[in-house]
Amino acid sequence: MKPTLSKELNRRSFLKLSTLASGGLALAYYLKSATSLEGQVSKLTESTDENSFKPSAFVHIAHDGTVTLASARPEIGQGIKTSLPMIIAEELGVKWTDVKVISVPLDPIFGGQAAGGSTSTPTSYMHLRRVGATARTLLIQAAAASWSVPVTECYVKDGSVVHKPTGKSLSYGALVQAAAKLPVPDEHSVVLKDPSEFTLLGSRIGGVDNQKVVTGQPLFGIDQVIPGMLYAVYVKCPVWGGKVVSANLDVVKSQPGVRDAFIINETVPYHNNPVLGLVPGVAILADSTWNAFSARKQLQVVWDEGKFANDSWSGYSEAAKQMATTGKGLKKVRDSGNVDQAFQTAAKVIEADYHFAFIGHTNLEPQNTTAHFTGNKIHLWSPTQNPGDVQASVAEALDIEPENVSIVMTRIGGGFGRRLHPDPCMEAAVIAKKCGQPIKLTWSREDDFQHDHFRPGGFHHFKAGLDAKGKLIAFADKVMGFDAASGADNYPARFIDNCRIEAGKIPNNVPTGPWRAPGSNTYGFVICSFLDELAHAGGRDPVEFSLEILGTKDVLPGTGPRSAPYNAARMRGVIKLAAEKAGWGKTLPKGQGMGLGYYFSHQGYVAEVAEVTVTKEGELKVTRVVAAVDVGSQIVNLSGAENQVQGAIIDGLNSSWRQELDIQNGRLVQSNFHEYQMLRMPDTIRDIEIHFSKTKYPPTGLGEPALPPLAPAVANAIFAATGKRIRQLPFSHTDLRWS
Amino acid sequence: MSTYNLKINGEKKSVTVASDTPLLWVLRDTLGLVGTKFGCGIGQCGACTIHLNGIAVRGCQTPVSSAVGFDITTIEGLDKEGKHPLQQAWCELDVAQCGYCQSGQIMTASALLKRNPKPTDQDIDDAMAGNLCRCATYTRIRAGIHKAAELTAGKEAGV
Repeated sequence: MKPTLSKELNRRSFLKLSTLASGGLALAYYLKSATSLEGQVSKLTESTDENSFKPSAFVHIAHDGTVTLASARPEIGQGIKTSLPMIIAEELGVKWTDVKVISVPLDPIFGGQAAGGSTSTPTSYMHLRRVGATARTLLIQAAAASWSVPVTECYVKDGSVVHKPTGKSLSYGALVQAAAKLPVPDEHSVVLKDPSEFTLLGSRIGGVDNQKVVTGQPLFGIDQVIPGMLYAVYVKCPVWGGKVVSANLDVVKSQPGVRDAFIINETVPYHNNPVLGLVPGVAILADSTWNAFSARKQLQVVWDEGKFANDSWSGYSEAAKQMATTGKGLKKVRDSGNVDQAFQTAAKVIEADYHFAFIGHTNLEPQNTTAHFTGNKIHLWSPTQNPGDVQASVAEALDIEPENVSIVMTRIGGGFGRRLHPDPCMEAAVIAKKCGQPIKLTWSREDDFQHDHFRPGGFHHFKAGLDAKGKLIAFADKVMGFDAASGADNYPARFIDNCRIEAGKIPNNVPTGPWRAPGSNTYGFVICSFLDELAHAGGRDPVEFSLEILGTKDVLPGTGPRSAPYNAARMRGVIKLAAEKAGWGKTLPKGQGMGLGYYFSHQGYVAEVAEVTVTKEGELKVTRVVAAVDVGSQIVNLSGAENQVQGAIIDGLNSSWRQELDIQNGRLVQSNFHEYQMLRMPDTIRDIEIHFSKTKYPPTGLGEPALPPLAPAVANAIFAATGKRIRQLPFSHTDLRWS
Repeated sequence: MSTYNLKINGEKKSVTVASDTPLLWVLRDTLGLVGTKFGCGIGQCGACTIHLNGIAVRGCQTPVSSAVGFDITTIEGLDKEGKHPLQQAWCELDVAQCGYCQSGQIMTASALLKRNPKPTDQDIDDAMAGNLCRCATYTRIRAGIHKAAELTAGKEAGV
């Protein structure tokens, strides 16, 4: 399923709002109101003055020259609190060291404020350039007017307007009063910088909150404290969809520090799915987190576990097998050319089954939200990636108007897609309303495992035909999944004349949701691994085989409005670059190997070559990864961009090597990190080489696209090293011993 | 409920809490020192790493009653200016992504550097294996530890 990112305002309504904001209200409002939690915001209040210059909701220049830029989307570790304001600063012409960045709450004046799907950069890049350029244009106009010279004789440098012929200059601070009186031009009419003149974009800039992070300042959702608040836990049925029959509330209420305990038996679906929104449970409120956690140990609940209490992963696997064999429950999502005839004429037909396990998000900051309900309004402080959906869902859960739900988005201790769903906010809101006091809801790690919205497992049955030269001429894929999301255009569909994709949903009640590069993170593995099998079956080099599939066309359009065009030229470009930089084709001794993975996701084209060593005893070490990344014409922040790619590569290994979640008796088996093996320092890849391939296309995001190619690159390298083919995730299920 | 006299970041603090309360929650809820993070509650992730007499321990596994008499150091007190070589290196190399684990990483790494001022990659693997970074910034954490070791060595050599 796809997350609904909060409604992006269209350009026109946004302009209207930003013009309103030019009256000088927008940022000043936040400087004055959002004082409760974010220390830096309240400090800035003191420097606010009536004569300041506020050409848009995002820009504030005080008469002392202080430049404050708004960061409107949540910082989840993807670096946008730094990179997006950099875009404004570049066009504005100020020194980065003179800029202050503040986070702002949810408000339509800022347009879309979700962070997900690697969309922040592509949807913000041109807009924020225009925001900066608009402010610059006004400051130049103000200076030119004061000197009675043409604007064309003026330019900006480091926060001052300079008159070229005379060299005289005025600082922005000195110009704010005059600039504030000028009409704000249509942002599309302003002249943007030529990218060749960029000095800030593309450089290495450290995160704006780095010093606060390394000194432990209260940045995160879980760090928030409001006066008089109680600490809440919320205990839900371990079988998803279960309801409370009864609970020993009297015992719980008598525990030390406990102030209240009550049952919530409502279900408020999210995306029409009852297991994704507010689900029934028992709330316990205490005077500290520990007392709430301790009281919980005494809680006994009789659950109505519902009809899914006998579900299991092994049952799902059996259902998938049946579906693949009988075809019952499968629907054709693509059937191009004549697949069956092509199989008959093929020189070789290869079939293989692939599957992958459920995994969790395991954000290191457990889900939490602080909520205060007064009158008919609720205020939330939450580490949410998706404040727009939170607003709508909380309004629905409380039966109040969405405008009565206000949200401060805190820094987020890891997003990975989990916090696109609003369930913890709905719980906190309902608990806060019912108990009548401000509360902070904190999930235990066990809650966070059990009630994750998982990256679904899945099953593929592949069949492919090769001609006598080893060329791929027919391709069929049966996809058995948990949320029936399988597109007609999944690679290599558009590139093969004879192609059939059938997809079916295994009946289940497991909550699933977006996990970093949704869909692509598993498709990348199964497709690129199977293509590697085909290359070897046909006696072909995997790089050359893939380049042949990608063909000679530049762009292949998508089928239907939701499918993105596929720029095969860009993909060929990154494959060639990664192969070249990795030294593809060099001879390695047995036990060492190289593998290729590549995938187009979230508008980015990424190819990775992994190099592995596997000992005879089957011990794996990923020694090197070379990545070629094409996310368009401009890297915004080189430091942040490299950090994202390094992290995505290591997370790609993390999620495919040993991680898996099992389901038995309708519930999750694993409860905490001792039963779920996360990648740690000793297993990290020491040598990661990143090459950004600069192309003419608009800049796109980097949170996701470098992850999907990693798993197949490693799996294919393992095959090259050992002859062992990995057809399932995690890798750890495959015996890698060789002799 | 009992009262415990603690010494945290050089300051004396008196807290009245249940005796089994982990130091993690005393720091976070009672004293408002929220730099020490809750990650798992079972000593598996390292986000709550603090020092007792300079030794890195897990705040979630340290009952308050057992911390009496020790010098307790948290990320807030690692360096009064916030300029410990590791903190400087972390900023210079832009280590953090989400940043949630980084207090714990720095506390574990600072205990390592104290006993081993010039750790090898293997030493870093051994010392840091208990600290999870979900964003997988391990490449830069490793580089940050080496960088901090250089900064410290440079300072001592008067460079």
